[in-house]
Parts: sequence; structure tokens; C-alpha cells
Amino acid sequence: MGKYLLRYGVLTYLALLLVVPIGLVAYRTFENGIGPVWDALTSPQAISAIKLSLLITAIAVPVNVVFGVATAWFLSRRKMPVPWLVNAMINLPFAMSPVVIGLAVYQLYSRDGWIGQHLFAENIPFLFTWRAMAVATMFVSLPFVVREVLPVLDELGTEQEQAAEMLGASALQSFFRVTLPAIRWAVIYGTILTVARALGEYGAVNLVSSNVVGQTLTLPLYVQNRVSNFDPTAAYSAGLLLAVISLLILSGMTMLGRSGRKEDTV
Amino acid sequence: MSINVKDVSKSFGDFHALRDVTVDIDPGQLTAVLGPSGGGKSTLLRIIAGLETADEGTVFIDDADVTKVAARDRGIGFVFQHYAAFTHMTVWNNVAFGLKIAKVDKKRTRERVSELLNLVHLDGLADRYPSELSGGQRQRMALARALAVEPSLLLLDEPFGALDVKVRQELREWLRRLHDEVHTTTIFVTHDQSEAMEIADQIIVINNGIVEQAGAPNELYDHPANDFVMGFLGPVTTLGSALVRPHDILVSCAPGSGAYQATIERIVSLGFETRLVAAPTSGGPPVTVQLTRREIGDLDLEIGDTVYLTAHSGRKPSARQSNPIDVSRPATAQTG
Repeated sequence: MGKYLLRYGVLTYLALLLVVPIGLVAYRTFENGIGPVWDALTSPQAISAIKLSLLITAIAVPVNVVFGVATAWFLSRRKMPVPWLVNAMINLPFAMSPVVIGLAVYQLYSRDGWIGQHLFAENIPFLFTWRAMAVATMFVSLPFVVREVLPVLDELGTEQEQAAEMLGASALQSFFRVTLPAIRWAVIYGTILTVARALGEYGAVNLVSSNVVGQTLTLPLYVQNRVSNFDPTAAYSAGLLLAVISLLILSGMTMLGRSGRKEDTV
Repeated sequence: MSINVKDVSKSFGDFHALRDVTVDIDPGQLTAVLGPSGGGKSTLLRIIAGLETADEGTVFIDDADVTKVAARDRGIGFVFQHYAAFTHMTVWNNVAFGLKIAKVDKKRTRERVSELLNLVHLDGLADRYPSELSGGQRQRMALARALAVEPSLLLLDEPFGALDVKVRQELREWLRRLHDEVHTTTIFVTHDQSEAMEIADQIIVINNGIVEQAGAPNELYDHPANDFVMGFLGPVTTLGSALVRPHDILVSCAPGSGAYQATIERIVSLGFETRLVAAPTSGGPPVTVQLTRREIGDLDLEIGDTVYLTAHSGRKPSARQSNPIDVSRPATAQTG
């Protein structure tokens, strides 16, 4: 009896907290049929927001994947000075509020910031443009690849790499032919999480964006902007688009996770 | 290809894995590096391979100093205890790996890989993944992979250590036959003295980071340099003050000169032979004697009988005091 109570209690909780609100968003979106939704999503402002979100994701994700794999490799295979500190630093974006991260980027690139002063002197627009927003997004989504890859690298051990070395492979050959294929599922998993975070980030980019409709609004910022401007159809449509992307990413990940695990069990 | 290791020392922290080790290996031989866990034997092998660097000393391959040569440029085949199979590659691609790295042309690679898979009896399993193979098959695949690039030296680190007894027995005989076919200079590390005795041309006994003795199996068995080697290579028992092999003790029912009087405590029949445990009248630990069936039949012994024991060969305890029976020295951090 208690078992069932707990089981359905959990299900009800999840339903009330997740399914019902998201379902309501979907309902509200299509309240007046599909026409207004299509119009809302194809307005120049919405297109601009979609494009900017994709651009920032396209910049932040590759950088974080390469950096993340490299960092994980160094943490696992070479001696890093103060590894606990490096580890803590990588976890920082997880623990810290995105607003604080936005603030840090803002501070760094403002007119009298460390980097900002040089950029302003050279007349390079950075803060309040997509560039600063990309940097903030990179910061926020940094830990995912490292966190996914590091334990897999540790688990993998160095024997296969040593075997490759004994067979004449250089360090690079060994990495690309042996290590990378062995950790590929972790890299893909980490990449997907990074994409999800980069697309959805609100707090950090909000602080370093000029918030001009049609120019410097990403999809999440656009949703907020439409809510503030009493344009519920546009807000709901953009919000639902974000939710659908997230669901696609999640289901893709679940499927990948299944096929990946099957092959790698030794 | 000859191997000379000269005065090599290696420490991990304050643990001395090897101290001033000098080893000479002639071309074409199958050499066993034998010793207890943590004795330094794997470290020696990895230094020869270039996977570890010696703190001091020199490694020569064919009289060329390779101490500073990278592992991948030494032309050495290496087989790991836990196979180190490339898990995401098929058996075929595992074996072909070294050839692809060396940019051997496709046709030659195909020929060589099928030849090797045939040699290690994995012909039908080329498309399998390592996870679909048994331990013994994985190790044969690892061997084929190491042999693919035609190394002039083959090193095997406890190659059969992770396998069960029956497979281990099969594979060791098979390794001997393989060696007789390909004649590659081969060194393998083992802690199993029967494995070393059975297939090696030469045995190097390493313990506590030093070479205790090197030589042919029979030489080591019959003329051990010290108690440790004697105890490690076969069973020993103490008769009077001498260390002897249990099968080197003569049992008689009549007293003789230099014979030790003892009382039989236990008679254990092992089928083809019989083990006697006898307590010396003069005190001290019980003596173990191994007799063939025929010998025991002639004597007609029973528990409680008084017998007279003489050693027909044996050696006095050496100055270096080491306990010959207890070869499991305190386990140290580094294995091998």
C-alpha cells in the first residue's frame, strides 16, 4: 500500500511540477490555432532571436568541446599543478548563479575592465554585442564536456594508449585512433548537454546584452521581452520552440545512451 | 636481438623497484623473468620496452644504447597482462593497427593479418569485437597484434596471469611452439615458477629489486645461488641444518652414518607419489619427504615408525638469511 502511495505520489508531484505547466504552455500557444503561432515564429524579431541563439551556440559549443576534451585529458593523463583547484574551477559555473557569471564577464569587458579597456581603445565593439554574449555562454556551459569525459578517461586507463605507442603510434595518432573513439559517447553526451545549456541560457547573457529586439535577443531573452511587452502569443510560441528543442535533445540523448552502452560493455 | 641491461635502478617515491640490475639476454631465446609480486620484474620489462624510464643505468638493444629512445621507435612488441585490446575495433583492426600506423600497403596488410590470425587460431573471429572473445582469445589477439609489425623483440608482461589454470597451461605450451616457429627474442614476466621452468630457455630470478640468479632452468633448480632461489623454484624442506628438496631425501629403516632419526607423523598418498611428514628425534621442524610409489612400497611404512633420513644432495644455508619457504615478502605498493 505504502509502496503505491509513494509511487503515485512521486508521479503526481512530477506531473504537477513539470508536465502540467509545460502542457499549459503548449495549450496557450495553440489556443487560437496554428496560424498565429506560425506568424509569431516567422516575425523578423523571432527569426533574429533564433539566428542569434544558433550563432552563439555554434561558437560556444565547439570551443567548449575541444577545450573540455583537452582539459579532461590533461587532468587524467598528465600531472596538472594543483589539480583540486583546476577541478574546483571547472565546477564553478555549475555552482555559481549565471547572473554572477554575467556580472564577471560584464566587469571584464566594460570600459575600464581588464580586457574591455583595450577593446574600447581599439574601437572594437564587444560588450552588449553577440560577442560578449557568446563569451558568457561559453563560461556557463564550460563544465559539461569535462564532467562527462573525465570519469570515462579515468576508467579507460592508459593501457590501450601504451599498446598503441608500442605499435608505433605517435601521441596524436594514439589520441585520435584509440582514445577518442573509446570516449566518443562521453564526448557526444557532453556536447549535447552543452548545446542544451547554450541554447537555454538566460541570466548570464541578459547582463551582457544590449537587449535590443531584433538585434541582441536570444530566444530565452526574446521570451522574457515578449512577456514584458504583453505579447503572449509570441512569448508562448518562442517558449514552446525552446521546450521542443530541449525535448528533442533529451530523447536523442536517451537513444544514443542506449546504443552507446550496448557496444562498449567489455 | 640481444638485450643488455646495465646497472639499472628505478624508484617510485621511496620504493626501490630495481637496484643496480644487470641482465644479458642472447638473441633468439625465450627468457622468463621470474619473481614474487612487487619484486620489480614488470618494472624491468617496462624499462626495456621504454614505457618507464630508468633513474640510472643503460639499456642496450643489439649493442645500441636505447635508454633515451622513445618506446614507439624501439621496434618492440609488447603484450599486456590485461590484453589492452582496442575495445572499439574488431579483431581484424586490432591486429592491423601497427601495420596501418606503419603505412604498410593494403594488400600486404591483408595478407599479414590473415597470416597472423591463422597463426593464433582466430581465423573465424576477425569481425568480432574484443568484448565478444574469451580471455584466452583476447590474449592471442594481443599477441598477433604485437607480432604484426614483426618486432625483433617480444615482451610479455604476465601474459597468462589473468587466465584460468587450464587456458594458462594451453597457452604456455602454445607460446613455446610459437617461439620455436618465429624465433623472435622473447622475454616474459611471470610469478609462476612452473610456467618459467616449463617453457623458458633462460630464467632470471628477480626479488626485492635485485637479480638473485640467472641461468638455464635446470641449472637454477639444481644449483640455486641462494635459499631464495631454491625456495622459489621448487619445494624445499629442512633436514638438520641443510635445505634440501623433499625428493632428494633417502629413507631407510636402518641407521646409517650421517642419517637423521625421525618418527613418521603423516603419510599422504598423491597417487603417483607419496609424501611423508616426519618429526626429527633431535627436535626442530618436521621434515617433508617425497617418495615414488615404488620406493614407498618397498619400505612398507606406517605412522609412528622410526626412519633414518639422509640427503643425497642439498646445500648448506647461505650467509644471506632469507626464509626459503615464505616467498611472499611483505607486499609493496608496486606490483610486478
